[in-house]
Amino acid sequence: MYFWTEVKEGLIISFRAIRANKMRSVLTTLGIVIGIVSVTLMSTAIEGVNRAFDKSAAAFGTDVLYVGKYPWIANEDWATFRNRRNFEVYYASAVERQVTLADAVAPVVGTVKRVNLGNNSLENAFVTGTTHQFINAAGVTISDGRFFTSEESSAGRPVAVIGATVAETLFPREDPVGKDIRVGGFPYMVVGVVEKQGGMFGQFTADTRVWIPLFSFQNHFGSRRDVTIQVRVADLKKMEDAKIELEGAMRKIRRLPPGKPNDFNINQQEILTETFGGISLVIASIGLFITGLSLFVGGIGIMNIMFVSVTERTKEIGIRKAIGAKRRTILLQFLIESAALCLIGGLAGLVIAFPLSLIVDQFLPTAMPLSVVAIAILISLAVGVISGFLPAYRAAKMDPVEALRYE
Amino acid sequence: MNPNVIELTSITKMYDMGGAEEVHALQGVNLTIAKNEYVAIMGPSGSGKSTLMNIIGCLDTPTAGQYLFNGLNVSDMNDNELAKIRNKEIGFVFQTFNLLPRSDALHNVELPLIYGGLPAAERKRRAKETLAHVQLGDRAHHKPNELSGGQRQRVAIARALVTRPSIILADEPTGNLDSKTGEEIMMLFEDLHRQGNTIILVTHEADIAEHAHRAIRLRDGNIESDGPVVKRKTFAAATA
Repeated sequence: MYFWTEVKEGLIISFRAIRANKMRSVLTTLGIVIGIVSVTLMSTAIEGVNRAFDKSAAAFGTDVLYVGKYPWIANEDWATFRNRRNFEVYYASAVERQVTLADAVAPVVGTVKRVNLGNNSLENAFVTGTTHQFINAAGVTISDGRFFTSEESSAGRPVAVIGATVAETLFPREDPVGKDIRVGGFPYMVVGVVEKQGGMFGQFTADTRVWIPLFSFQNHFGSRRDVTIQVRVADLKKMEDAKIELEGAMRKIRRLPPGKPNDFNINQQEILTETFGGISLVIASIGLFITGLSLFVGGIGIMNIMFVSVTERTKEIGIRKAIGAKRRTILLQFLIESAALCLIGGLAGLVIAFPLSLIVDQFLPTAMPLSVVAIAILISLAVGVISGFLPAYRAAKMDPVEALRYE
Repeated sequence: MNPNVIELTSITKMYDMGGAEEVHALQGVNLTIAKNEYVAIMGPSGSGKSTLMNIIGCLDTPTAGQYLFNGLNVSDMNDNELAKIRNKEIGFVFQTFNLLPRSDALHNVELPLIYGGLPAAERKRRAKETLAHVQLGDRAHHKPNELSGGQRQRVAIARALVTRPSIILADEPTGNLDSKTGEEIMMLFEDLHRQGNTIILVTHEADIAEHAHRAIRLRDGNIESDGPVVKRKTFAAATA
């Protein structure tokens, strides 16, 4: 109970002291302000990168396996898979027949082409040739219209499904469904638009993609291209079984004798998230360490000014001790003062960092998360208590006789 | 019940001045002060009177000897226990007033009660009461720099009184005041003494010490004399 009386008294004293030395308090607090701004912005940016990655990665689908001749992330020498044979379109139907745990299988080929409608154009759109199965074997959702049908797919009709950015660029004011566009110079009719994804990797996002029937793709852009087979696993819990089954089927399709190593790779979203998770952890640690240094410098500033404050108020400390303040009371008083300084700095830092985080938001899908706000407040309090401790301890253990004699 | 508030037995205080040099500020002082006494401690500078005051005020502890305060052995108490004694049992009045400059009179008087852990309403009531007692009821919300020297010293006296201490320890209370104001302050001490307070006055001015009823003279860390005060003024008035 006395403790709270002491805390309340400490708060009154610290705000009087801070008010009495406005300029000094503002300048000292500036260090904490800058520290908190940089730490919060850094965490906001890291949070943003992670969110962007999650969004991008979601486009791959957690239950979709991507079979191709190259691994997404190579740990071995490029030479070991450089000469692998191309994948063929017929693999898809073979996999569909042989892999019982697969729900949908789609062959996918891709290239980069210009997509335009009159003068509205997107220079580097990713054009994907696939079958009607694709919509069942990928993590994309149609927001407008439909995906192409099996008839359109097998007949190689000139129909296209477009990503959100493509739709916005080519049709800034109208509904694209039913309109004609040009893909690599050839006319295609838009039948559907894919839901906007956002995300950070230009080439991985579905927003700048155009999907057309595989046969149309081969007619217009050539058939001697490497194919990726997308396999959606029916039951996420049987993912590992499905991978083993798929591996066996692929070895058969590629006619690999026993003992020969695989000349293909089964990729999945997990590989990306794991690798990225590792990288992002390293970036986050380094980033927070560097920005944390500025907070450390701010803390040293607080410690310095608290030493000054304790020395200046030696007489006051003596008076308080003479009339019965215990060591703990004096310690608490100066800890509260330094924590209050830092808390003011932290709050000011947050007020400054918030609009800045909205600027970051222009590049990364993020807003300052509430957790960062809470952590920033806790960190500034902690900096205050830690950097205030030595000065407060010095004040607490002052000899009352000498403190009273101080002029 | 022990009627003696203060019992000092062969109190010694040595200061280590670095190296082999030691200063004996007090060399075995024996002193007893009873309840409701009005004592002046006198002596030239260097006589050890400040050291004696610090020890009596529990601001400092003796190097050797025993100090009983209300029968409690203070000489081997720790910092926090001493702080508690100072808070509850001793009221300090200083030469330079030693008020907190940024706090108003009421808060200054309230401060010992805050450290004593009294609830806010009770603190305010007692602080106001005590300020009124020193005729400063209407100055409660003035800061020290808005008060005259005499008024400041009254606030300081109110601060010393507010915890109803066993002794009031005044160190040159009129040293920073003009003689008229000083006289008023001394009248206040006399009132307080009449109301039953025990007052210990530390001074080097003989005419201030005359207000007390017993004078203790220190020289070189020893008590030189201890006896009732001879009132020169009354003597002079009687012979005029």
